[in-house]
Amino acid sequence: MKCRVCRGSAVIDLKRHNANFCGEHFLRFCHQQVEKCIDEFDMCSTSDKLLVAVSGGKDSLAIWDILTNLGYEADGLYIGLGIDNYSDPSGEFAKTFAADRGLKLNVVDIVEEYGYDVPSGSRAARRAPCSACGMSKRHIFDRVALEGGYDVLVTGHNLDDEAAVLFGNVLHWQTDYLARQHPVLPARNGLPRKVKPLVRLDEREMAAYCVIAGIDYMLDECPMAAGNKHLRYKDALNSIEAASPGSKQAFFHKFLSKGAPFFAEAAEELRDELSPCETCGAPTPNDICAFCRLVERAGGQPVPVELTVRP
Amino acid sequence: MKIELRNPTRTVEIEGAMSVTKLLNKLDVNSASVLVICDGVLVPTDAFLEHDAVVEIRNVISGGAGVIYGATV
Repeated sequence: MKCRVCRGSAVIDLKRHNANFCGEHFLRFCHQQVEKCIDEFDMCSTSDKLLVAVSGGKDSLAIWDILTNLGYEADGLYIGLGIDNYSDPSGEFAKTFAADRGLKLNVVDIVEEYGYDVPSGSRAARRAPCSACGMSKRHIFDRVALEGGYDVLVTGHNLDDEAAVLFGNVLHWQTDYLARQHPVLPARNGLPRKVKPLVRLDEREMAAYCVIAGIDYMLDECPMAAGNKHLRYKDALNSIEAASPGSKQAFFHKFLSKGAPFFAEAAEELRDELSPCETCGAPTPNDICAFCRLVERAGGQPVPVELTVRP
Repeated sequence: MKIELRNPTRTVEIEGAMSVTKLLNKLDVNSASVLVICDGVLVPTDAFLEHDAVVEIRNVISGGAGVIYGATV
């Protein structure tokens, strides 16, 4: 196989683009896809101060690398979740990435700051671990972004993530969730703008980006996620993708262009339902936000996030 | 050739040389879900793997926290 750009030896073939690339031109392709995504959805500008949520995995480290390469001012945020044999090594990948490149990484440890970890929090709140984890992280993303004066919160959700979420939402016709699914959520109710610049790139491409760019990332899967519904949806979509390359991209991006407008009215209604949490002040549809209820049930304290800045 | 797989981490031996596509078919692995790294170098699906190659088949699918249905990020 030859690189589509330089005709040198290709290292990766992208069936959905009917294209092969050498390492150098694949990295350039990924940068171009992110630029195109940022422009298409008007996500941010180089004058914005970005906060990238990093887990130590391939997607978040790749998007942090791409954004800094494209000239964006982007700091990182790592959240220690207290998951045995997983959180600490993941954090080391994030810290090493930041230190090697002289980037600023904010670190929040939920055990130290809030007095619970994801396994105990999910049990106490009677939530699935991924639900408790995601909800905790979203709350801390918002607080750190606001306290640090960041304009935009960036997450590493890729095309596979979004296609799988869409698949799940369609399977159960979750119209309120469908109304919210978009690569950009505008700043509102005190929450920062949130963007997903990787939605034009899939997981295999992000892993390849890290291998080619020399980014070490956490290879092991989170033990709490094993066998979850989301992974099954991804498997199903990849089976379709193997038979019909481009299906995932068409499914998600045509939803955005053709399907999402049908849910616009529901999205507007959802915007008016939030009021400040009585405990922490975060926007919530209830008197007490889900995060504060989880912290209370887990026996912790809903204390404010304190930033730890690492060079 | 020696094949390294992850999640769970394990090593299997496969006899003979063959293409990446044939290897993945033999192992019943979907090419959309993995990268193939031969002797430390990323290779495309038409690459030919020698009988003594050391090959890593790296799963690229992750699905943990933060990917919640209806999550607003």
